[in-house]
Amino acid sequence: MFVFSPPADEAAGLLTLPFSEPLEEWQDERLVEVRQRGISRHVVRFIADSGELYALKSISERLARREYRLLRALAELNVPAVEVVGIVVDRWTEADAILVTRFLDYSTTYRALFSTPRGGQPTDSLLDALVELLVRLHLSGFFWGDCSLSNTLFRQDAGTLEAYLVDAETSEQHPALSAGQRAWDVELATERICGELFDLEAGGLLPAGVDPVATADALQPRYEGLWEELNREETLRPEEQRYRIAERLRRLNELGFDADEVELISAPDGTRLHVRTKVAESGQHSRQLFQQAGISADENQARRLLNDIASFRGYLELRDGAGVSETVAAHRWVQEVYEPALAAVPAGLRDRLAPPEIFHEILEHRWYLSEQAGRDVGTTMAAQSYVDTVLPEVPRPLTTTIEGLTGPRGQQELVDEGAAEEA
Amino acid sequence: MAQIMLDHVDKSYAGGVKAVNDLSLHIRDGEFMVLVGPSGCGKSTVLRMIAGLEEISSGSIRIGELLVNDLPPKDRDLAMVFQNYALYPHMTVGDNMAFGLKMRQMPKEEVDRRVADAARILGLEQYLDRKPAALSGGQRQRVAMGRAIVREPQAFLMDEPLSNLDAKLRVGMRSSLAQLHEQLKVTTVYATHDQVEAMTLGDRVCVLRDGLRQQVGTPGNLLDHPVNLFVAGFIGSPSMNLVTARLGTDGGQVTASFGAHLLTIPGSVLAARPGLDGYAGREVILGIRPSDFEDARLAEPSWVRMPATVDVTEELSSEIRVIFVINAPPVDHQDTAALAADQDEDEAVIPIAEGKSPWTARVSSRSRVRPGDSIEFGVDTSNLHFFDPGSGHAIGQTSSASSS
Repeated sequence: MFVFSPPADEAAGLLTLPFSEPLEEWQDERLVEVRQRGISRHVVRFIADSGELYALKSISERLARREYRLLRALAELNVPAVEVVGIVVDRWTEADAILVTRFLDYSTTYRALFSTPRGGQPTDSLLDALVELLVRLHLSGFFWGDCSLSNTLFRQDAGTLEAYLVDAETSEQHPALSAGQRAWDVELATERICGELFDLEAGGLLPAGVDPVATADALQPRYEGLWEELNREETLRPEEQRYRIAERLRRLNELGFDADEVELISAPDGTRLHVRTKVAESGQHSRQLFQQAGISADENQARRLLNDIASFRGYLELRDGAGVSETVAAHRWVQEVYEPALAAVPAGLRDRLAPPEIFHEILEHRWYLSEQAGRDVGTTMAAQSYVDTVLPEVPRPLTTTIEGLTGPRGQQELVDEGAAEEA
Repeated sequence: MAQIMLDHVDKSYAGGVKAVNDLSLHIRDGEFMVLVGPSGCGKSTVLRMIAGLEEISSGSIRIGELLVNDLPPKDRDLAMVFQNYALYPHMTVGDNMAFGLKMRQMPKEEVDRRVADAARILGLEQYLDRKPAALSGGQRQRVAMGRAIVREPQAFLMDEPLSNLDAKLRVGMRSSLAQLHEQLKVTTVYATHDQVEAMTLGDRVCVLRDGLRQQVGTPGNLLDHPVNLFVAGFIGSPSMNLVTARLGTDGGQVTASFGAHLLTIPGSVLAARPGLDGYAGREVILGIRPSDFEDARLAEPSWVRMPATVDVTEELSSEIRVIFVINAPPVDHQDTAALAADQDEDEAVIPIAEGKSPWTARVSSRSRVRPGDSIEFGVDTSNLHFFDPGSGHAIGQTSSASSS
């Protein structure tokens, strides 16, 4: 029996998989071998079907149903997590169920990030991404119970990383978490991260200068700092209310969060301000970019691209001596700037990064070249230079190309889902 | 190691739902205490309150002499054991056990001593320098246990730790846990819904239902002296057979009649259950454990005879389980309804006509009983159980049955 959440037309091909056999014994041409897999508590295998990639995990039906429900709940809350496609149960007496999740586009693992760092060690950005994910989960009443680098996938987002929960097997959803539950989750995560870094060190894979204990210990203060920033109550004097509220909301936005509700409570010493934070990612810039230019991008990428659109609009207005609407500017920017820049990327390199991330890096490269040249070198030249000198150095994905896949991911090589070690 | 004292502990959630209701429980130093009950009984909540993951609404919790009501989990010196264990592939077995101590900057000599001790206890000495990939599933589980042991905590807390394992590994780990506790004697609190786990592991077992403590006692005590219908039905596998019976007198002897059956109650039973004779002429709920039956040909001569027709037999290595139908309706009581609601959906149930009930007897494997046979059982009436049909309380139960 296949339990899934419709629509799932593109996953219909999965129905022809040999579910009557143990997952570890499957011999299907759609199976994808993933290199550098660590140990797994469960059997996890990967399937490429109809241009999509899926992770299939064999676990008890009770756990599978529970994880399916929790991943769906996370999706409804818009918390970054892998997308669950369905579960397969009642295969035969005593057989485990199979949980099917969709592989996260352009994602990578902490192992890949440490083994081929770009522009310095990823320690800070990894921890920041993980802390933000943990805080979002906790704000929504989710206790992870198994927070670790292995159970997280990461995606580049214009100079930062975004973390996605991969494994919700041990998660619990509550109306709200107690301080003890949050502290315990952070403590578990600290120990897991330390173990994972010790493990990289034992395997000769941890770059010199990264201290496993210090890195793991940095999680708790970062978590507390962000939690406090989002949840602290402050007392405002009447004359400062307006700007202090605005300041607080701006700070929330800077941290990638939105306010859900602002509470002002009269108190003898002034007004107490409490801001209830929205769990979901802000997504404001992503939405705006999609509306203006029809491009799907992560939040920081979107912010960067929107800035470039605004700058392009200014250029058009100056050049033509007339006003240009936002919509027209965005439309022309896609045609005259974005698409030509990406067209400069040869097919063999397109799988390295998501297109908005490539464009973001082209802009970074343009800034770097312009500074060297003492003048703006322009996007066209920057794109060509980037393609010639930078993009080829971006780490290749960690597994062999999947033949037969079509679409953007048809060109993409699978990364090692280190998460599968724990999944 | 330390004792754990819960004193009038309440846990209420928003909306007034009480997950735990006025629970007092003294877990002795070095004791293996199992919290058992059906889903929603509050066992995990109790465990989490001890761990500090759930705040208590009222009452107090002490670990050793320390009041821990407001103490964060990390400061309680407790180890939550091998939930979601992760073994690291590049690290040796020894390092997999030791890394938590290294993280806490413990001196190397002390780390080495603790790992060596744990490896010896777990039978992992010869594997310390190997990588996890070279270990069997059971050995990996033991490494995960080792990681908790080396911490040398005041107590272990285990929340359904075996529920994610396959059946074979589960049995093996149950036995390992029992041996481990025998050697370490560390105070252990273990939550499970599986009464077989509870009865095989616990020095004492605390049965919970709807957040209320039902009974605390040794496994034998719970089996022999259940304080109410709920405990009687929940503890024991297969479950106690229950029927509404009428107490009467026959030739100066007190009898219990149900369906077409009449059992004479020994005088010693009446003497041991003060107040039972007061039910003469009234209904009681009678309970007979499956283990108090035997094929009459193999039973003690003094045991009372009870004829039946066999419906189903399950031949196990040391016994035969005989399912037969009695001519009396199932007991209709809130305690038995709660048990029925918790029954495994997959549990095999034979179709039963209205007004009849399925009973189970455990007889010797030397019996040649087969489905369809007429059989005469011998019943050990010295172990009969009697419950008040209104309250569900055991009749004449002495207070020693429910220790603190």
